[in-house]
Amino acid sequence: MALSFKGDFTNNLGKIYGVYTGGFAVFVLLLALLEQVGVPDRVIGYLFIFLTIGVYAYIGIISRTAVVTEYYVAGRSVPALYNGMATGSDWMSAASFIGMAGSLYALGYGGLAFILGWTGGFVLVAILLAPYLRKFGQYTVPDFLGARYGGNVARFCGVIVLITASFVYVVAQIVGVGIITQRFLDVPFLAAVFIGLAGILVCSMLGGMRAVTWTQVAQYIILIVAYLIPAILMSVKVTGVPIPQLMYGTALEKIEALEAAMRAAGQVVPYHVAAFTTPNGQFSMNLAINFFALVFCLMVGTASLPHILMRYFTTPSVREARSSVAWGLFFIFLLYFTAPAYAAFAKLEIYQNLIGQRIADLPTIAPWLKNWQLMSPYGVNWINIVDRNNDGILQLAEFAIHPDVIVLATPEIAGLPYVIAGLVAAGGLAAALSTADGLLLAIANALSHDLYYRMVDPNAPTGRRLIVSRVLLLVVAVAAAWTAGTAGSDILFLVAWAFSIAAAGLFAALVMGVWYKGTTNAGAILGMIVGYVVTFGYLMHTEFYGLHFMEIFGTKEAILGAYRQFVGIAVIPAELKAPIQALIANPAQIQDGPLAGWLFWSDSIVLRNRVVGRLWGLNNISGGIFGVPLAFLTIYVVSKVTRAPSQAMQDFIDSIRVPKGGVRLADARQGVKE
Amino acid sequence: MALVEHVRHSPEEAPAEISKATAATYWRRTSSLMLLMLGIWFVFSFAIHLFAPSLNAIHVLGFPLGFYMAAQGSLIVFVLQLVWFARAQNKIDEDLGVAEE
Repeated sequence: MALSFKGDFTNNLGKIYGVYTGGFAVFVLLLALLEQVGVPDRVIGYLFIFLTIGVYAYIGIISRTAVVTEYYVAGRSVPALYNGMATGSDWMSAASFIGMAGSLYALGYGGLAFILGWTGGFVLVAILLAPYLRKFGQYTVPDFLGARYGGNVARFCGVIVLITASFVYVVAQIVGVGIITQRFLDVPFLAAVFIGLAGILVCSMLGGMRAVTWTQVAQYIILIVAYLIPAILMSVKVTGVPIPQLMYGTALEKIEALEAAMRAAGQVVPYHVAAFTTPNGQFSMNLAINFFALVFCLMVGTASLPHILMRYFTTPSVREARSSVAWGLFFIFLLYFTAPAYAAFAKLEIYQNLIGQRIADLPTIAPWLKNWQLMSPYGVNWINIVDRNNDGILQLAEFAIHPDVIVLATPEIAGLPYVIAGLVAAGGLAAALSTADGLLLAIANALSHDLYYRMVDPNAPTGRRLIVSRVLLLVVAVAAAWTAGTAGSDILFLVAWAFSIAAAGLFAALVMGVWYKGTTNAGAILGMIVGYVVTFGYLMHTEFYGLHFMEIFGTKEAILGAYRQFVGIAVIPAELKAPIQALIANPAQIQDGPLAGWLFWSDSIVLRNRVVGRLWGLNNISGGIFGVPLAFLTIYVVSKVTRAPSQAMQDFIDSIRVPKGGVRLADARQGVKE
Repeated sequence: MALVEHVRHSPEEAPAEISKATAATYWRRTSSLMLLMLGIWFVFSFAIHLFAPSLNAIHVLGFPLGFYMAAQGSLIVFVLQLVWFARAQNKIDEDLGVAEE
């Protein structure tokens, strides 16, 4: 393929990606053929992973650039449709591709908070931010904060929030790459992590945003094909109709009937479709509140994550930025409205064909099971069957399944050839790599552009700036991979934190910067600090110092309850439990926490082998629920008592509100040259 | 260093001369559209799902309606809403002559 990236490239995008998609289809068919003639599964897996990474690398290398505006914003020449696809794969991570359907399997209705939160946030992006950030039109989100709020202090606050949120997120993506690569290449986890890292770096290092954009479009095509095909085939198997999104309704109906039958037999079965309902059938206000709090945090977090917002700097115009959010949401929607179908079909298959069978018969009923009754990188078996009551029959409570198995094993459950399993691996890898690329670039650009160029050496020549960018990209990538390799799957829960942190730190300052002219520098800076400190502090405190948290916010009964939970956790060593046991032995000594009372109350739950505190019963995954309103309030109040922004600043806001014409910067030093 | 002709808003571009009255009208109409859109967003993100337990009693093609709204219904509304928003905002831009050339 002789692709020229000069001028005619953007006019030929349809043709180029059409040929690419056709080529991928031929490649899959070829592998299917190879499988039929007896090529071993292992080889098919290798071909899938190395050939797709090879294509991304090829795109990354031919998109190399030494032009600053190409490196940071892809030359502002990405049409809305393609920016939409790039947003789709930038957005959908390993958690969406592999984890989402599994969460829905495990949580039922409760898992839909992720579906709602990760789509509805784009409405906020389109209406409140994307068009105005595009009109502002520099390189990074901190650039906007710097120009709007008087320079480097605001810029620095933005950089800190950006790096905290993006770093925990990128580490989780690299763990995801490691898990997929390890399963399909059969190499040690650490080796798998570094193979993935090579795949990530080769896409972004030479061409920055330009290379990342065009590989993300390619990755979107692979991930959506890989997600839809097994679901369609599964739908054919279960219902005879190839439209999973429409047909899983009948599966839900059957699941409800099977659940009712199991309950009638005296088992406790979690409800799949009932909303805000505990496994014993009670409506729970706490579940409802946590559902809506999570939806809120995920939505606002979506609208604040810099690796998503920076995609809207790359369209040719404000108008295209708006329609590219619509396209992006559409491409994301295609995957998210299919995820509940995966969950329903898998659950029906398990409830209908496995539960209630004799355990000795399972290998003949479901030959796929044996491929998954082995150790996962999470430290538990993917699938674990233990006959607790020794009756030889499988009950629901005796069947443990890791959520990731739902998507990864669907091809085998549906009895499809191995080539489809390889396709799913390639799709999951595309999802993890594309998100990791976007995040790494966001972090490296914040460091190289905002910290180095804007704050340390504003006179640095272009060549040196690009070298610094690339070196920092490498450093951040290796640091993320090292963290991923050391901490492994223990840190995956941190992904959800990224949303609350970004939401509380950035959302209020960005939105009020555009929509409220009276927002002052001091107001915005304090708002960012308050939102970030409250949210990050709440997350760290409740998660890692849960007992201490309870001793401040809990009543004496709640504190005693937390102590009992602590000594009940098996993995905690006895010498740490001893002092707590001494406290439990003498309950009269326990006092209410200093802040427990009419305003605050809290309880605790055991999660991830820790006692985790909850203020007002809110799970810490929704920690942004405190930080976001506090940030808005702080900005508003401080802006009221500080001197209103200058006329020049108001003119600047006026100029970014209208699509037409250039931007009237309040401070010319905040400008960029292209 | 433009790749294609329709790249707009280089940092050197002069700000548009727009009268105060036009700017005010433009922002008023844009703000109303924003509030309308946020209203729809709020209904389909939160309000409607408050009724999920009751809606679940209604089944359509096997789907309990409360579950369906959170799994698909609201998502479809979000996508259509953004297409509508882009069109409506473009119309405001063109009506007031502040669209990009």
